[in-house]
Amino acid sequence: MPEASAPNGPIEAAAFEPKIVAFFCNWCTYLAADLAGTSRLRYAPNVRVVRVMCSGRVDPQFVLEAFAQGADGVLIGGCHPGDCHYQEGNYKALRRYHLLRRMLEQMGVEPERFRLEWISASEGERLRAVVNDMVETVRALGPLNERPAPQVLEEAVVR
Amino acid sequence: MKPKVAFYWCASCGGCEEAVVDLAEKVLDVTAAVDIVFWPVALDFKRADVEAMPDGSIAAAFINGAVRTSEQEEMAHLLRRKARVVIAFGACAQTGGVPGLSNLYDRESVLAAVYRESPSTANAEGVLPQTHYPVNGETLELPVFQERVRALEQVIPVDYSIPGCPPTPKLLADAVAALLTGRLPERGAVLAPDKALCEECPRRDSKPEKLAIQQFKRPHEALIETDKCLLAQGLLCLGPATRGGCEARCIQGNMPCTGCFGATSRVRDFGAKALSAVASLTGSNDEAEIARILQSIPDPAGTFYRYSLPVAPLPARRAPAAQ
Repeated sequence: MPEASAPNGPIEAAAFEPKIVAFFCNWCTYLAADLAGTSRLRYAPNVRVVRVMCSGRVDPQFVLEAFAQGADGVLIGGCHPGDCHYQEGNYKALRRYHLLRRMLEQMGVEPERFRLEWISASEGERLRAVVNDMVETVRALGPLNERPAPQVLEEAVVR
Repeated sequence: MKPKVAFYWCASCGGCEEAVVDLAEKVLDVTAAVDIVFWPVALDFKRADVEAMPDGSIAAAFINGAVRTSEQEEMAHLLRRKARVVIAFGACAQTGGVPGLSNLYDRESVLAAVYRESPSTANAEGVLPQTHYPVNGETLELPVFQERVRALEQVIPVDYSIPGCPPTPKLLADAVAALLTGRLPERGAVLAPDKALCEECPRRDSKPEKLAIQQFKRPHEALIETDKCLLAQGLLCLGPATRGGCEARCIQGNMPCTGCFGATSRVRDFGAKALSAVASLTGSNDEAEIARILQSIPDPAGTFYRYSLPVAPLPARRAPAAQ
């Protein structure tokens, strides 16, 4: 829990807390998150988890929409290569991830804000490490949508 | 009295006007049925003539081109007032088109690239366009070059759109016929078939069940066979993600689809979906190999958002509110 500010002290500007949208596959990474929970592992509370049946279900439209609606980072979690419940959904996720990451960079989204990780059902500890690492990486980058707005321009452009 | 029709162009190349001219002798049928009251590229009516018309007196305005300047925005609003039906004509009006790619850069970079930095520019004094300039006691005016490019529907309410870069004369003729008979679909509809180009592609039968592409080729990097699925030849063809209705004209010209007809009604964002469709065809499961194959697509944003960046969810923070 964050500590309440001292009653007489100035109210400090709220520190930046990154918002991470995480798409976890039903069969591996979501179970890892479950395991992390039942094992009482503590990790950063900045992740909003969306359960999907497979990492291959994560349409690049979801990723763009998440960023557009205020996510500072997007994390996709799937089964390790060879372990996909649907044979090769995770390979499709991997292919899309590589191209989408490059396109996001062209659109002004740093590649570190978008991550794909293989986390199996038994890897609760790894899930914690990945989430914590991603939150710290994105925290260091700062908010995605609250950067200085493009300069407001006067009508005339002077020489 | 014949129904009145107006044509206007905003940020566009003139290709959409060409599509109207390409009606060829059919244009006589059109002019027999309607009065063209405004068409700057071909007829000598001025803005003041449009302003003098009663509101709602034009049956339909076909507006092509994206919106980047204050003049284009004003004309869009003017035609919206005067016309009962506004049709976004062509990819630029519908989704921003090629001019929309400049939204990847801020306004200053665009002006600098065009007026200062391009190798063919001689502008030693670094003169940039200005909205007002005094000459001989008079003041000359230029429209404001706005912060970003917008699709028509981001500026005014649009009733229908006709996709394409440019649309085919057939789609235009069909739209005019629908207007005349009143058989228009639900407002907001795209006046083109709602199925993927692959379904009407003449090379459809040669498309393999499973594609595994080892290198994405650009047209100049391949000797293209004329009767075989372009994806099967490794060409980056956006047919699987793109709306049909173009009569597969590029394919018939032996060129891959670049997606100008945009998405079908089931897809929200064309660029992300097209990227998804293409990336999935990468013929490897090995991460390093996947990365290598996909490097053969040098410009993902320009490839997948070639016609629709202004209506894409990103880059969201570049979007100032409409004035």
